[in-house]
Amino acid sequence: MLQITEGSLAVADAVGKCRPQVIAAYPITPQTHIVEALAEMVANCTIDAEYITVESEFSALSACLGASAAGSRVYSATTSQGLALMFEVCFNCAGMRLPVVMTIANRALGAPLSIWNDQQDSISLRDSGWLQFYAEDNQEATDLHYLAYRVSEDHSVLLPSFVCFDGFILSHTYEPVDILSQEEVDRYLPRFRPFQRLDADDPISFGLFAAPDYYMEFRYEIDQAAKKALSVFPKAGREFAELFGRDYSGLVESYRMEDADCALVAMGSLCGTVKDAIDDLRDAGRKVGLLKIRTFRPFPAEEVKKALSGVSRVAVLDKNISLGSKGAVALEVKDALYGSQIPVHDYIIGLGGRDVQKKDIARVVTLAEEGKGDLYYGLREEVLK
Amino acid sequence: MNDKAACGLFDSGHRACGGCGAAMAARLMLDAAGKDTIIVSSTGCMEVFSTPYPETAWKVPWIHSLFENNSAVASGIVASLAKQGRKEKVVAIGGDGATFDIGILCLSGAFERGHDFTYICYDNEAYMNTGIQRSGATPYDASTTTSPAGSCSFGNKRPKKDLPLILAAHGAPYVATASIAYPPDFKKKVEKAINTPGPCYIQVHAPCCTGWGFEGEKTIAIGKLAIETGLWVNYEMENGVVTKVKKVVRKPVEDYLIEQKRFRHLFKPKKNETEIAKIQALADRNAEKFGIDITLKK
Amino acid sequence: MALGTGCTARPGKSRNNRTGSWRVFRPAFIHERCTSCGMCRIVCPEGCIGENEEGLPVPDYDYCKGCGLCAEECPSEAIEMKKEEK
Repeated sequence: MLQITEGSLAVADAVGKCRPQVIAAYPITPQTHIVEALAEMVANCTIDAEYITVESEFSALSACLGASAAGSRVYSATTSQGLALMFEVCFNCAGMRLPVVMTIANRALGAPLSIWNDQQDSISLRDSGWLQFYAEDNQEATDLHYLAYRVSEDHSVLLPSFVCFDGFILSHTYEPVDILSQEEVDRYLPRFRPFQRLDADDPISFGLFAAPDYYMEFRYEIDQAAKKALSVFPKAGREFAELFGRDYSGLVESYRMEDADCALVAMGSLCGTVKDAIDDLRDAGRKVGLLKIRTFRPFPAEEVKKALSGVSRVAVLDKNISLGSKGAVALEVKDALYGSQIPVHDYIIGLGGRDVQKKDIARVVTLAEEGKGDLYYGLREEVLK
Repeated sequence: MNDKAACGLFDSGHRACGGCGAAMAARLMLDAAGKDTIIVSSTGCMEVFSTPYPETAWKVPWIHSLFENNSAVASGIVASLAKQGRKEKVVAIGGDGATFDIGILCLSGAFERGHDFTYICYDNEAYMNTGIQRSGATPYDASTTTSPAGSCSFGNKRPKKDLPLILAAHGAPYVATASIAYPPDFKKKVEKAINTPGPCYIQVHAPCCTGWGFEGEKTIAIGKLAIETGLWVNYEMENGVVTKVKKVVRKPVEDYLIEQKRFRHLFKPKKNETEIAKIQALADRNAEKFGIDITLKK
Repeated sequence: MALGTGCTARPGKSRNNRTGSWRVFRPAFIHERCTSCGMCRIVCPEGCIGENEEGLPVPDYDYCKGCGLCAEECPSEAIEMKKEEK
């Protein structure tokens, strides 16, 4: 049923219908509306979950870790500084192979303190073993939660997931969203079936330390599991499409790429702006297309390579910066295209909530055509003197 | 194996030092708690000596996540069990570093929220796993690798943090101190804690022969001396009120200090009467506060 | 998968590590002096002292590290520590 609703509320509705048994969360802007909405559902018994009002994000994810290991489907949400505080637990959840699902309302990391959007927070956890899915709009943000639980809980994967949607730009924006009914969600997402659990009748020790004779093998297996998601995610997407018509089976998504000369690459809400800009540029006769990255982890290098094989240049829009190096998405794209001779230009853009408009996208395309890349787009003049 | 029940629920083959007080604590705790217990361990000596992959000494469900989050992990497990209608008891264990210092945020949060679990701190009064660094539980004047006695230092400059009182102030229904030197008392307290609804705390004194500097066969003797000198007091607090205290005929603190290398600087090259008097004053204060003195009739 | 997914293990494996090889001193149990009070079994950090049919303590030398706590705490002086002969 189509409803005009705030992004956070649509996400909360979806999460509630995934039937999490334990929710642990801590308030942080711009994520808070989600966990407030879930608290209300618990208070009104519209969902049957234990809600733990922890004293920090660090404890939020730690409580989720414990509840997941004890055999419950769990949920948390956070952003920015909160995610940074969870850093240690993030690696732990993945290493212990616990299918936690967490929403990230993407926000910049301090200093300087900023509550506004970019994707530095989740990108900074790229090596943690969490799967990372990025939503373009609130419909996708909502639906990706169903897929995330399916993929994370798949016994051939067993890794936690971030569902990333841009803070404020999506979380606080009202859009029409097709809200699924509980029956519809139940048809897609079965009840939680833990791979193993803490159980007095069948005791296991969970989270042993590994000496050098075993550590590498554990990391190898986590890596293999993450790569397994490259096939499990499309399958989960196809099944979702069969039931509800919306198709997320692509790890990447191409927009007007058929005969594109210049390909833009982006993740998240920026893709909507880019698509509109491309329509204008196409009307003006410029052959521009978009490659949207839906799953940043695992990174779909093969799909990226294939999608970009026919273009003359690539312009990557990075809402993050690996300080002292480049944007994280550009690094991945360059790696995927290694040996192809296709120039990849990196544009650090929209950090800390800096607005990105259609004219900016058009300007980036021009810069790429001029061969000017690897720059911060739209900086104040005074820092360039 | 000559007897299936010899090791109880904590298996032989673990890698603790010979005479380890913490290993004794683990076994006694499991004897009391029983098999329907889920253990949540912090990083530390006990975790490391009992679970090098693929070996585990734990015969009950056991989980280790991080150094500082056992209380938060336990919170999640308690919530999960409640949702599933399961009856296992949850016991979080941690050393004094994990409990007093790095994990106190999670510990405080879990106690404030009132989860039904028991937290057992095995207190060996320093970071032993990393090589005997001082913690918030290290006693006054103990020499550790980060509070070494030297020409202008007598060792650790601060007395122990009063963590039991802090947790009682959270509204914990049951808080107790115990010692591995008194096994039946410790076991009784564990049983009481896990059967008391709400967050309960036990701090068990677990002498560390390696870290404190005494022979492994003396672990219990040292534990007893701590009690007998009044430097460690075994007591129970119910709803914030002290309800039971172990009374002793007190010995001078010197008897306890002189047995351990960590206090050797108080006796060599010459006896430091001033510092020993300060430690005696700490014991005297304990004795007065808890009323531990048995006065013998003349 | 070859490893215990999530760094897991099942009970029992600890016994593969025979800590008896650490021993320098070996406790000799003198049953004639033993009163079967059970103190040695309670204090053993290894949990490796069992009992025979008559209720007398029998250490498992595969795991006994020879710490001497049992000998120290035995109220009947029925355990003597002797230099290990290897």
